[in-house]
Amino acid sequence: MDFLLRSKHTMAAKVVLDFEKPLYELEEKLSEMRVYLKSGEVDSLSEGRSGLKREIEALEAKVESLRKTIYKNLTRWQKVQLARHPERPYTLDYIYMMMKDFVELSGDRNFGDDKAIIGGFARLADEATGFSQSVMVIGHQKGRDTKSNLYRNFGMAQPEGYRKALRLMKMAEKFRKPVITLIDTPGAFPGIEAEERGQAEAIARNLYEMASLKVPIICVIIGEGASGGAIGIGVGDRILMAENAWYSVISPESCSSILWRSWNFKEQAAEALKLTADDLLAQGIIDRIVTEPLGGAHHNPEEMAATLKAILIEELQGLLPKAPTTLVDERIAKFSLMGVWEES
Amino acid sequence: MVWFKRANPSIRTTDKRDTPEGLWSKCDSCGAALHKKQLEDHLYTCPDCGFHFRISPVLYFSFLFDGGKWEEFDGQLRAADPLGFVDTKNYPQRVRDTIAKSGKSEACRNATGVLDGSPLVVSAMDFGFIGGSMGSVVGEKIARAADRSVELNAPLIVISQSGGARMMEGAFSLMQMAKTSARLTRLGERGIPFISLMTDPTMGGISASFAMLGDLNLSEPKALIGFAGPRVIRDTIKRDLPEGFQRAEFLKEHGFVDTIVHRKDLRSQLIKLLGHMR
Repeated sequence: MDFLLRSKHTMAAKVVLDFEKPLYELEEKLSEMRVYLKSGEVDSLSEGRSGLKREIEALEAKVESLRKTIYKNLTRWQKVQLARHPERPYTLDYIYMMMKDFVELSGDRNFGDDKAIIGGFARLADEATGFSQSVMVIGHQKGRDTKSNLYRNFGMAQPEGYRKALRLMKMAEKFRKPVITLIDTPGAFPGIEAEERGQAEAIARNLYEMASLKVPIICVIIGEGASGGAIGIGVGDRILMAENAWYSVISPESCSSILWRSWNFKEQAAEALKLTADDLLAQGIIDRIVTEPLGGAHHNPEEMAATLKAILIEELQGLLPKAPTTLVDERIAKFSLMGVWEES
Repeated sequence: MVWFKRANPSIRTTDKRDTPEGLWSKCDSCGAALHKKQLEDHLYTCPDCGFHFRISPVLYFSFLFDGGKWEEFDGQLRAADPLGFVDTKNYPQRVRDTIAKSGKSEACRNATGVLDGSPLVVSAMDFGFIGGSMGSVVGEKIARAADRSVELNAPLIVISQSGGARMMEGAFSLMQMAKTSARLTRLGERGIPFISLMTDPTMGGISASFAMLGDLNLSEPKALIGFAGPRVIRDTIKRDLPEGFQRAEFLKEHGFVDTIVHRKDLRSQLIKLLGHMR
């Protein structure tokens, strides 16, 4: 299984990032103390049970404050690491947590079926408000382990992935259903066959066709938004971005290797590229940030999915009444505004 | 018509450095000794082996437009530094140094003129300016060239020559791919021809946006055209790349280039093609 589908997410994250270690160590200590408190041995201590309880409470406060300190002050590189966290919810997780009646649709009707981009019809519904809308949902799909990552090609799509996405978008247009894309890729796959089958043309075609698609498009960068591979399904009316996702023209590693001629400047490159959700909101490239649970989306995928679902419904309600020509005109105008230059 | 008058005559002399200096130069491909006059006559291609030297926008303009006359537009756009980008050098410094060294203002120039009696818009990229990379200025200029083409109801030719998107403008550079492609839809819906000419090199965000979107995709012989750089691909797949990989002929063979045009035939081919399309 390459998606989570866990009913309870009470367990702590198994994968601990470097900057999370101090927090993880304190948490470990705290849980040891709790175990000790439950055991009988505690009564033999001079300060007794109440003393240990006070210590535990003090440590709990410390853990909570450290948690906030760490996660509220993440560097750009730390956010890149969170965006790549192996337990982070992926496209299929979001689909199953937010939507119902999902039917995956395969193939580009030309060459094959790419597993790194998936898509299909699904229903976005909210019982409380009675909102119910069929959508075409399309997204990059990463794997959870070696086997599924090989199957998914680590979320790096081939040209037929982009062409499948386009086929599904054109079908959505035909049946007047809005499109939702979920972006999470380390890049379009760089390979011989990908070039032979026109990786560049496939992405270019999507940019062109998405710009003029006559139904609403909402794009969400849920994890990694690496360059052409990301924007290849990233032209829309509203661009949303998860709080700890990154989106830029190049990955920090590749940027480091090209500009610094060494792989060792990825942290500086991440800072220089200004690639976080906060940065992109300030740059006017994204419209809205999807707040993540403290510590990242993987700390509470259901909460994350519920947050995103509510935002998607709200955004769709704003877009659905618009006339197709209005949508297209506004979409083209939106991307036309992007860029900063001097003009005397 | 204003196209025949140059607004700023001083622009013409700034691009000399692109062409081989001195009276004699050597062909990068076959090593033949070539006289300056010979090169000029052959539009900077080797008369022996057909190798195409990389040339600047001004040279393309000078032999494409009728009478070698054109008018540049949007030449006043200059790179800003939206990210405050610093690598081994800060970005504004890099831009200033490049402008001082090359005499160029950006990696793309726009011109209007006349081809075989009909108005034409040409946007030409310049590898000599930070690798021809596309940041906000290049994206905006190509988008405006598309607008101009709509305004004049004139065909658009974009001559690509670029390593890809400009890293120093981060996501802004990436968005230029969407911006240029989006604005090109305005030509498509009006039936105005858009011809993309890919020269060496046309890579990354350039090929993955406007360069591959031509009604016709033309290429100069042997031009490197692709999405990922050859080195990146080799490092990823850990095997050697086939002979001629990502060259114009390879792209044509795989169905992404309509025709490969020798520079000396470019003008006559464009006249012929546009004659069919209009």
